[in-house]
Order: sequence, then structure tokens, then C-alpha cells
Amino acid sequence: MNLPTFFETREIVTPGDLLAEDEYVAGDNTYKEENKIYATRVGLVQYENRRVSVVALKAFYVPSVGDMVIGKVVEIGLGSWIIDIRAPYPALLRASDAFNRPFRPQRDDMPSILDVGDLVMGKIIAYDRTRAPLLTIREPDLGRVERGQTIEVTPTKIPRVIGRKGSMITMLKNETNCQITVGQNGVILVSGRSAKDEQLAVMAIRKIEEEAHTSGLTDRVTQMVKSEKRGVEHVSEET
Amino acid sequence: MSRKKPEKLIDEKDVRLDGRGLKELRPIKIEVGVLGNADGSAYIEQGKNKILAAVYGPKEAHPKHLAIADRALLRCRYHMAPFSVEDRKSPAPSRREVELSKVIREALEPAVFAEYYPRTSIDTFIEVLQADGGTRCAAITVASLALADAGIPMRGLVSACAAGKVEGRLVLDLMDAEDKGGEADLPLAWMPNLNAITLLQMDGNLTIDEFEQALNMAVEGCKQIHGLQKETLKAKYVAVKEEVEE
Repeated sequence: MNLPTFFETREIVTPGDLLAEDEYVAGDNTYKEENKIYATRVGLVQYENRRVSVVALKAFYVPSVGDMVIGKVVEIGLGSWIIDIRAPYPALLRASDAFNRPFRPQRDDMPSILDVGDLVMGKIIAYDRTRAPLLTIREPDLGRVERGQTIEVTPTKIPRVIGRKGSMITMLKNETNCQITVGQNGVILVSGRSAKDEQLAVMAIRKIEEEAHTSGLTDRVTQMVKSEKRGVEHVSEET
Repeated sequence: MSRKKPEKLIDEKDVRLDGRGLKELRPIKIEVGVLGNADGSAYIEQGKNKILAAVYGPKEAHPKHLAIADRALLRCRYHMAPFSVEDRKSPAPSRREVELSKVIREALEPAVFAEYYPRTSIDTFIEVLQADGGTRCAAITVASLALADAGIPMRGLVSACAAGKVEGRLVLDLMDAEDKGGEADLPLAWMPNLNAITLLQMDGNLTIDEFEQALNMAVEGCKQIHGLQKETLKAKYVAVKEEVEE
């Protein structure tokens, strides 16, 4: 099928750019009006069969059920924590979920589990835009974050940080000896044995964020990490 | 900025005070992502105008009673810095600023998909650092870029430009002296992709023919500005792409 399109695939588009006409279907970050499809965000346009979509270069996180997110406790409410997950809506974590039984306000001490300012890793179990997204920590590896540092990236760049079938993240973990946990909300937790390792991982992730819209990224990042590693070892020998 | 009032705003050869032709825009420089702490930001210099815009959101609406159940609340503050004009302006919002905040908000509202994020608020702050006429138009131009930079889904960019009548001749993009000494001013905000007018004001007098001509001139101005807006939004990413891919 060869109907008119107005851009090359992976070309940068801006809001309001006319992407396609007639038979095409409007995908992510686009809308259709009078049979014309326009972009709604700055991003890279993609034409897949009849579907036109834009991969946004800058966006905010919109919760989705099943997502793993990393957030910060902002408030302890009556029987629940309120958690900032960098989305338009603050998330709710029920005390009964953390205690694994009905919450008893007289006896249960919420701040001992999670206090204001704590980082928490959770999974979204309910969200429908009419109420606040609901989190759970009743799964392995979820709960309060004990160590490491976090970096924040635009959520739409998370797939690039992970790479095709996890190629990027696996490479990063191996090369930097760091544990890297990626929250779908754009918060990435990096924890390594030394500050140097963490620094390197953070640097690599910053590079991925900066160059997310370019091709051959995994190779360039691998190269950078390897040369930096040599450099870091070199410096440590000198001092 | 001299305080002297010139005798003529346009000379015999149709050249204006700053050397422009009748249908010429002032030189424009735009940048996006200039503020680190805001979700989106942009800066414009249009002639002597210098305007900064910042966008926060969508985020939980405060105070909560203002939240709208089926769409986002769009708020807008247009403010002139005390040093933006010749005689110090009181930093308190004036009647004019409150009104401009409203019309700018209404010019931007049709562009934003507010219904995607119910109960939230999207806050736009526009700070005029230096004013030289046509600030409402430049403010709309720069605010729509700040919204796009914040990653807020939009139907399209909004471009704005004024036309008017000075000493009997129709001119594009009036500066302060022309606005004050001229006969009419017609600010226009326009969405190029939908061919929709989101702001149209007029002070002074124009005949119906003049009005139509001025409107078309302003639309032409908006088209030029829209080109610059698109270029600016892409520039930062294109630069990175070219650098690493060669």
C-alpha cells in the first residue's frame, strides 16, 4: 500500500505536523481529524503498516497497571501512604498491603515500615484515571529502597535504557558491576559496590538519555563505558 | 529606547523606525528548555521584547476545589518584570496583566488535549523581561513552545503576530512606538495546522477592507513564526543526532 505520508520514518516531528492522510490509523501521540493524522508531541515518527505513531522525545509518566515504579513517600495518611511516582496523579499504597493483614491504627506503626522521604519500589495494581493509582509492595524485590542512587530520565526513553531484548541493560550491568533497576516511571535505581561503579553507570544512562533518538546507540555506549573504565582504573593507579 | 517622540514613524520609502519594511517581522530568536527546574520552558527575543515562559504539570490541582472532573485545568500567568518598561512597573499584577493572562490562556486552551488528564492542572508562567510592543503575541508564541517542551500533548502549535495601521499604512508586527502612535493594532493567534484563530483583538479603527488585509498580513506573519517554532523544537535533537551519527 502506498498512500501519501509526509515524513520519513524516524524523522523528528513537532506537535501539529501532518503525518499522513486517509487510510492510516492514528497510534501513540497522534490524533486524527477530518481524515488527517497529526502529531501531538515532539518525537520520532513511525509508520508501521497502516499505523502512524510518534515516539515522544519528552513526556511525563502516565500510570499503567502492571508497571514497576520507583517513588517517594510524601505523606502518611489514615491507613495509606501517598507516594509521588512522577505522574500527574500521586499514588496510594494501602497500609493493609504492607502489613499483609487488616490495618489496626492503634497498634500498627506506619512510619516504621515507610516514612516520609523514603524511596519505595512498587507495582501498580489498579488505575483508571478516576482515582489515584494504587500500588502494591507484596511481591519479591518490592518495598523500601535501602541503598543505591536514583537517576531520573524521560519515561519514553526507558525502552532505550533497556534495549532490544534487554541488550543495553545487560551490557551495563555486566560492564559496571552495578545492580540497575528500572522503574517504568523514568526513575532508575543504580546500586554498585563502589561509588566509581555507580558513577560510570549513571554517566552511561545520561548518555543514553541524551542520544536516545539516534541509531547505533548500544555500540557507542559500550565503547564509552569500556574506555571510561580504562580511564578510571588509570586515574586510580596514579592517586 | 529613547524617550524622544519621532515625528514620522514611516518615511517616504516605506521604511520604519527600526529599518524594517511594512510587511517585515522583527528579528526573532527562540530557545526551548532554558530552565532546569520547570517541566517545560522557552525564551523568545522578538525585536526588543524578551520573554520567558515556564510550564509545570500536569500535576495534582491545588487548591483541590479548582480541579475539573473531566479535564485538566489550564492556568496562565502573564507578568511584566518591574524593569521591563521605562518607568518602573509595580510588580503587583495590574488590571492589564490579569486580562492578558486570561486571553493568553484562552488562546492556548484549544491547542491542549486537556481531556487526557482530568483533575490535574497545567500551569504556565510568562515573564516579560523587556517589553517593546506586541508582548501578548510573543507570549503566546513562546508559551506554546514551553507547553510542547513540557511534553504536553497538543493539537498543534499556536503562533501569534500582530498587524496594524500606522500613519495610514498597514504594517506587520508593531513595536511600542508604532502601537502608541498608530491608528490601529490587531493581534492574532493562529493554529497553522487547523487553520484556526484562537485570539483576535483590535483596538483603533480599520475599515472592513483594511481589516481583511491586516488579518491576512498577520496570518502571513504567523506562518513565518510557525516555521521558526518548529525549527527551534527540533534543533536540540537534530544537533545531537548530527554530532553522533556524522
